[in-house]
Amino acid sequence: MSETTKKPPETFVEITLDGNKISAPEGSTILDVCKQANIDTPTLCWAENLTPVNVCRVCVVEVEDSRALVPSCSRPIEEGMVVSTESERVNTSRRMVLELLASSVELDRADKEIIEWMNYYGSNPDRMGNSNEVKTSKQPVKIQDNLYVRDYERCILCYKCVEACGEDAQHTFAIATAGRGFEAHISTEFDVELPESACVYCGNCIGVCPTGALVFKTEHDMREDNSWNPDNQKVTETICGFCGVGCNLELHTQDEKIVKVTSPSDHSVTEGHLCIKGRFGWQHAQPKN
Amino acid sequence: MPDIKFGTSLPSPDEKVAVDEAVESHGPVTIELSERLVYGGQKRLKERRHLLLPALHALQRASGWISPGGLDYACRILEVPPAEAYGVATFYHLFSDQPPKGDQILHVCDDIACILNGANDLIDASKQEGYETKPSPCLGQCEKGSAVFVQRVASDDTVIFETDPKEFEKYLTKNSEKEPTKLPQEGSDHLRLLSRIGIVDPNSLEDYKSHGGYKALEKALEMDNEEIIEEVSSSGLRGRGGAAFPTGVKWKAVADEKGKVHHLVCNADESEPGTFKDRILMENDPFALIESMTIAGLAIGAEKGWFYIRGEYPLAKQRLVEAIEKAKKSDLLGNNILGSGRKFDIEIRSGAGAYICGEETALFNSIEGFRGEPRNKPPFPTTNGLFNEPTVVNNVETLANIPRIILHGGESYASEGTDQSSGTRLFCLSGRVASPGLYEFEFGVTLGEILDAAGGFSGSGNLKAILLGGAAGSFVTPESLNLPLTFEDTRNAGVSLGSGVIMAFSDRDDLKKIVLRIAEFFRDESCGQCVPCRVGTVRQEELLIRITDKQTLDADISLFDDLASVMSDASICGLGHTAASAVRSALNLGLLETNNE
Repeated sequence: MSETTKKPPETFVEITLDGNKISAPEGSTILDVCKQANIDTPTLCWAENLTPVNVCRVCVVEVEDSRALVPSCSRPIEEGMVVSTESERVNTSRRMVLELLASSVELDRADKEIIEWMNYYGSNPDRMGNSNEVKTSKQPVKIQDNLYVRDYERCILCYKCVEACGEDAQHTFAIATAGRGFEAHISTEFDVELPESACVYCGNCIGVCPTGALVFKTEHDMREDNSWNPDNQKVTETICGFCGVGCNLELHTQDEKIVKVTSPSDHSVTEGHLCIKGRFGWQHAQPKN
Repeated sequence: MPDIKFGTSLPSPDEKVAVDEAVESHGPVTIELSERLVYGGQKRLKERRHLLLPALHALQRASGWISPGGLDYACRILEVPPAEAYGVATFYHLFSDQPPKGDQILHVCDDIACILNGANDLIDASKQEGYETKPSPCLGQCEKGSAVFVQRVASDDTVIFETDPKEFEKYLTKNSEKEPTKLPQEGSDHLRLLSRIGIVDPNSLEDYKSHGGYKALEKALEMDNEEIIEEVSSSGLRGRGGAAFPTGVKWKAVADEKGKVHHLVCNADESEPGTFKDRILMENDPFALIESMTIAGLAIGAEKGWFYIRGEYPLAKQRLVEAIEKAKKSDLLGNNILGSGRKFDIEIRSGAGAYICGEETALFNSIEGFRGEPRNKPPFPTTNGLFNEPTVVNNVETLANIPRIILHGGESYASEGTDQSSGTRLFCLSGRVASPGLYEFEFGVTLGEILDAAGGFSGSGNLKAILLGGAAGSFVTPESLNLPLTFEDTRNAGVSLGSGVIMAFSDRDDLKKIVLRIAEFFRDESCGQCVPCRVGTVRQEELLIRITDKQTLDADISLFDDLASVMSDASICGLGHTAASAVRSALNLGLLETNNE
């Protein structure tokens, strides 16, 4: 892309982060500055290719003169802000958010880092009570077609799939949050089956799901028969050949077979999102037995 | 047309008419293809999304549920994706996505005040009589007790007060109870906000005027906006919805946002358990609120006022709708207020059973046709409010103070009350007091004095505890009877005035049940957006059940502390921040430890 417009010079804002003064461009979020300072910050609902919804609250930090903790993912920095990422309040809240989630949702297929954060903050979901005493989101898995599996007992309601289906990527609006409180859940209208809904099977909801609640049918089937083995998978980058846009594809292969297709979220064309052809077209190259 | 996939179900003729009627006041329901080129697409879509909530109300009323065909029709008209509209519909407890069993649903209040009056038995009896009955959170009728909100198909909703379901029938055949309200303090010279209640005819603009109405607006029209705001600032008026923010500061912040469209929102989504003050103001003195809003609108430069009233207040809504019509006809609202050439109009929006929509940013989302999920703050409503434009949100009671401030001046207003809590305050007394009802006192009155004014403790046993400020407030014991009720004194005592709730309990009352009901309330009313509140309120309730079962606190108290801490520190909004407040006070005061038989 050619640079036709010149960006105005950036204004820098100085904040104090864990006792150190640090400058960052105006408009940066606290999370941006944490990354700049190599401070590892847990996030669940944040993704670089989505608008922050700040609902998971695991990235909270303490800001001086603010009564409650603030979500670092969405709060822009202000001159002179004093931020602490390691105070007792921050650690308690992060530990508890993870503890609350893990006590209500199945996390055994979640991104590895979620488990690492739980260990780091000392989350112990078992203390919420015996499994027969605590409410969970346990429910049957939804398999309504040959491409998607929706296993909502793994859903942490991070809203990422809704955003990817809607304004942040696909503009299809096939799914939204329905219900309220603990009964809130991701749903099509009147919970109609996915093939009857507006879904176009772009797979972008699956691409952003951090907990394995949304997976490709191939991955689900392999996990069910214990043949899914990420350590044994190779990722090959290529460019999608279906049209002229030029989307980068990452082909995940295991035992010489494509098992999943993703796109890098920092890629200038896709921002991590694909269409049905890029996401599932490989099935033509590799017909089922 | 945006590229939206709609369903194939068709609306019933009634549903179609209902949606058309709900939408038609805002331009043509559907527009010709040729016109879409000049007036369509994103602009029209954005301008009309706020009609989704009225359309859902129309559907619910027309056929007793939000049917797939009806929802699909509303979605086509408003160009809203069906999945999103379904998400909005299922957010509210007064909308059902299941076909109705009959032509009415009885929502029986089983919240903390009504439990004392045998609400649980009433629910069972009502079911036995064959009525479709649902337990309901506080209906804001606590001074009367045993309230039943009747939601009807193709007919007006109503509220009845009857403890014997066998007698329901006679109330269900006529419309809302319209007996004039009789205040416990009727006739007292000290009444300010309540001076006209029960005296003025709420249906008559003339009567309102003959009781001093619209004098303040006439005066305000001769003042500059800055002068009005200056009077409000010097009055020291602070918000009565619970947060006690200085009203003048809020108004000035919005007035200073030059060059943008401004909004005024009157927050009448009164749903804090034990609170009924705003309902009494709306039902009995609706013109006063319209006058107050008009003055506020002029001061902050807003031409549009929104009145967001909870769905369970049919009489208040009806009175306001009629009062607004009359005010419009008399040029007290509209494009040329009293010939001044200045504009202000009010649009009413009904909630549909969601406590959270009283949170100001959730209220914006609700009006705008989205799920009533609170937004993160900052940015604050004064810069990014309704439709992302600068907005003042004021509680009903807050606004009701405005005419007096304008007529007598801010300093005169501030001469009542204390330095930091000026003026008078409405208190909602319920529970074990001799004369429950709405009271008005100067700030600084003590808790004990108010209880005395209400005839003191009543019922068997002794006064054990008082819930101050509602479910989001806290319990105190009779040791606090000398506490002066001001913002500063309550804050120093670690409690809150909240929405003015004072609910008394006896040592014969099952306080465990009361505290559990509060925990259940928050679990039920959490919007579900953020983890600390969505899961935290569930875990809090489970923990309380275990504590009250086992009678052992030690092992669980650290878990409670952690739950309270994550909810108050990391939740998005005030609901989560205060969800553990009353429970914590009950634990601290030992209210759950002894069970008095």
